[in-house]
Amino acid sequence: MSEIILKTENLRVEYRTREFGQTTKLALKNLNLSVRAGEVYGFLGPNGAGKTTTMNVLLGFVNASAGSASLFGVNVREPIARQRIGYLPEQTYYYKFLTAEEILRFYARIFGLSAEETTRRIDGVLKLVELEAARRRLIKTYSKGMQQRVGLAQALINNPDLLILDEPTSGLDPLGRMKVREIIQRLKNEGKTVFFSSHELGEVETVCDRVAILTEGELKAEGQVNELVRLYQRDNLEQVFLKIIGHEPSHESTVVDRAA
Amino acid sequence: MNPVTNPLLSTALPEAGPVGPVRQAQGGPSHQAHDRSRSRSWNTISAVASVVLKELYRRKDFYVLFVLTALLTLLMGSVSLFSQDAAVRATREICLALIWISSLVIVVTATARQIPTEREQRTLFPLLAKPVSRSEFVLGKFAGCWSSAGLCLLVFYVFFAVIAGAQEHEWPLANYFQLLTLHWFMLGIVCALTLLGSLIFAAPSSNNTITLVVTTGILLMARHLNKVAMKMAEPWQSVVSALYFVLPHLEFYDARDLVIHNFGLVRWGFWALALVYAVVWMALFLTSACWLFRRRAIH
Repeated sequence: MSEIILKTENLRVEYRTREFGQTTKLALKNLNLSVRAGEVYGFLGPNGAGKTTTMNVLLGFVNASAGSASLFGVNVREPIARQRIGYLPEQTYYYKFLTAEEILRFYARIFGLSAEETTRRIDGVLKLVELEAARRRLIKTYSKGMQQRVGLAQALINNPDLLILDEPTSGLDPLGRMKVREIIQRLKNEGKTVFFSSHELGEVETVCDRVAILTEGELKAEGQVNELVRLYQRDNLEQVFLKIIGHEPSHESTVVDRAA
Repeated sequence: MNPVTNPLLSTALPEAGPVGPVRQAQGGPSHQAHDRSRSRSWNTISAVASVVLKELYRRKDFYVLFVLTALLTLLMGSVSLFSQDAAVRATREICLALIWISSLVIVVTATARQIPTEREQRTLFPLLAKPVSRSEFVLGKFAGCWSSAGLCLLVFYVFFAVIAGAQEHEWPLANYFQLLTLHWFMLGIVCALTLLGSLIFAAPSSNNTITLVVTTGILLMARHLNKVAMKMAEPWQSVVSALYFVLPHLEFYDARDLVIHNFGLVRWGFWALALVYAVVWMALFLTSACWLFRRRAIH
């Protein structure tokens, strides 16, 4: 059995809210997750289900109200827990007054890489994301797809053992999506662990070893895609997902869809 | 596993290497781990500070400095027309007041936007997802802003000293050194106060205004507070007296007369004490800022 490198135990997050008559909103309800080394783990759920909140807790942006979360056995509140991870946010925002090379050098410095190692890794990741030609251009001159690739490059600069990707393909054109998918596949082949959220269920089905489905802050299902498909007696992950979140199309609409 | 066919994927990622304490700290004496952690912290703080400096340079904030320096040149140049002692002193006073005002404005505006802009533009997220603690982030921002204030002052004073020295053939370098260091440490207190303000006030503009008003108020009025208190009845006398002792006395650092009137040097002991006093205030403001920022959720 592989080592568990990402773990949450009874994780609970409450936000203060100013909505009528309600003082707190429960974003996560006793979430238990465990991701093993070398797995590609899909984290699914409708908008507002708590996926980004979970990632925010894992990255130390938000403190849990109760329960615990750890990366590589280290509490996520310790900055050192993030030494071996790479994170790609849903939307990429980087210092626009820097070039791609400068931003990667900056992050490499934070990881304490030597000058020689930094140069080697910058060359490697820029080649991987095909940004070698634009490495000395300011990021503000980049297209959205190029900025997303800078995001991927910075997530890989420390050669992480765990990648946390928040909807990595959102807003990308089909070619961009294909490239991101291929990079995830490549990392999987290298034995890296990838924890990612996505609304592209076809993509999740292709690359994930296991998936978790979250609704209203609660874990509803977890397992291998084929196991879930068999368990819920559906044809594919999308149907399982719709069934779990309670938005399964009615029989009539299915017939209409098929006819269409 | 599916075979990978895309040429993109044939590009080799750099091999895994030791990247830090989690991998390295698998054994060994604890003091070595402590040293590594301390050097990692310095490394992170200096990396964040270097980005602040680069931003200020690339955002062309320092252009304000050059415009003001040009203005200074014109003023100093006009002194030779009068060549009267009173006129020379008046010009020096105006020039130094200009340096004080512009440096204060540059430092407050540059520092006030650091953390709010990081949050607004969400550049904070990829950075804090790295092994960077909130305190290291705040200290890095402070180091960047304070260093840029130092560079700014150095350019101002060197220029001022060269023009003044060329005209009067006097080079009171020790006076300039004391003036520069005291001014720089005063800006350090302002910088730390502004960073703390940026975690309390939502908008950088309100932080700018409040910090500038508070700083100017302290510079102009703090020295008189104890005299004012003596003329008041209780309980106001105690309140104003307490305020006198609680406020950071920025007016201690206004040593412009050293250059305007060529006064004798401040005793080095007092000078050192003033620097220690500034460091204590900076530490107080920065500790509060780190404490506030650590408690804050970022989403």
